[in-house]
Amino acid sequence: MTASTRRRGTGQRVPVALLVPAALGLLFLVLPLGGLLLRTPWTSLGPRLTAPGVLTALRLSVQCATLATLLCLTLGVPLAWLLARVEFPGRRLVRALVTVPLVLPPVVGGVALLLVFGRRGPIGGWLDATFGVTLPFTTTGVVLAEAFVAMPFLIIAVEGALRGVDHRYEEAAATLGANRWTTFTRVTLPLVAPGVAAGAVLCWARALGEFGATITFAGNYPGRTQTMPLAVYLALETDLEAAVVLSLVLLTVSVVILAGLRDRWIGGP
Amino acid sequence: MTRRAVVVPLVAAVLALAGCGGGTTAPAADGAPRGTLTVFAAASLTESFTTLGRRFEAEHPGTTVTFNFAGSSALATQITQGAPADVFASAAPRNMATVTDAGLAADAPAVFARNQLVIAVPQGNPQRLTGLADLTRPGLKVALCAAQVPCGAAATTALDAAGVRVTPVTLEQDVRGALAKVKLGEVDAALVYRTDARAADREVDGVEFPESARAGNDYPIVVLTDAPNPTAARAFVALVRSAPGRAVLTDAGFQPPAGP
Repeated sequence: MTASTRRRGTGQRVPVALLVPAALGLLFLVLPLGGLLLRTPWTSLGPRLTAPGVLTALRLSVQCATLATLLCLTLGVPLAWLLARVEFPGRRLVRALVTVPLVLPPVVGGVALLLVFGRRGPIGGWLDATFGVTLPFTTTGVVLAEAFVAMPFLIIAVEGALRGVDHRYEEAAATLGANRWTTFTRVTLPLVAPGVAAGAVLCWARALGEFGATITFAGNYPGRTQTMPLAVYLALETDLEAAVVLSLVLLTVSVVILAGLRDRWIGGP
Repeated sequence: MTRRAVVVPLVAAVLALAGCGGGTTAPAADGAPRGTLTVFAAASLTESFTTLGRRFEAEHPGTTVTFNFAGSSALATQITQGAPADVFASAAPRNMATVTDAGLAADAPAVFARNQLVIAVPQGNPQRLTGLADLTRPGLKVALCAAQVPCGAAATTALDAAGVRVTPVTLEQDVRGALAKVKLGEVDAALVYRTDARAADREVDGVEFPESARAGNDYPIVVLTDAPNPTAARAFVALVRSAPGRAVLTDAGFQPPAGP
């Protein structure tokens, strides 16, 4: 807190060499958004927003992204902890593997999921034969596809936070007799809470916008697997304005939620 | 000093990016096609147009044909938003109309092929499907294209003509998506174009059905007004519509256009 006030209070001019690229960067990110706003058919906005299917797709998107984030938190935080705190052979390889979904084109990710969790896949086939459960073309499939693509964002954020934490607190907890689990839940986790929250927000945003893996693994069926990005893509086939309106809805919802969470959890200015 | 150190590479990068789209040479003085030809073609034309492109390059030394294969509506959007293309071949008249309505077609589009639907099934047809009525079998997983894309519209027409109501497990964004679900074994059947089933004949079989004759798609092609290379564009359209061109298309599973 004091450090940031001091930094802001120095009153020095911002170097132009930083300001110019920063302004260009901002423009580059914001201008396309402006393009969307320019093409928005404001007069017919009402009927388009209440068109059948819009609310269903939006609700499904928010639900699936939230469930995917919870899944990522459950699995990703322990994995990040393992990567940051435990020395084990092949750790660098594991760290590289964790980021694979970031590099993989999402459609390929969807195919890969099908090859494992699909009807003919080793796990999907077993689930089908044993429990009669199939994952493709279900809402669960959407959650899995989104989690697959979004989890690296969470892991990277949490691992970064863990590496930035002063080890001495954990060591102190250990000398006072806390075992590793107690240290993790009582000391480490509270210390990295802002990092976990930032990672969860990134993860949620990525899941909300997920398209390629979702349509490949879970298909597209209104009310079951058709999330907003899928609805936007199909609307684009026939009606650019409808697609613009749907995109705006998705953007507004995500910005409102993200901005709200940021203030509450991450403590941004 | 510092400012220049940042701005110069930045400007260079922007220029380099801007340069990516160019590269078309001016038409030759003798009227023969030269230089780069950019063809925007429906995804279902991938195999046949690639073959025709190679033939075009062989017939006209000094030409390079580059293709942008994608869904017809995506291509139409790209063209109306100013993408530098010479030729547009669409899988449906509706997407062609988007381009002609915007005044971007140099002349009237010509229909050069027709595509019909088949039922794509895993090779050997394990479910023994023989017609559209079989698609209603309980427990059978069917993929259709979404109604917004041409193959979905054709599927709706065919199913209506047969009086069959199918509940699909997924409405795919394009025909390749529907076909991929069959290839991967996730669905038991999908309604796809005959050309797509034929292109994947190592993995899937195509079951013909009579109602598809009433639900075909006409493929129009046109030279664009803003074509950077109109000479080559016209020559390419002529090749597509010639007898050898038609033979390549028929091999791929297309039918000749209806009418004279």
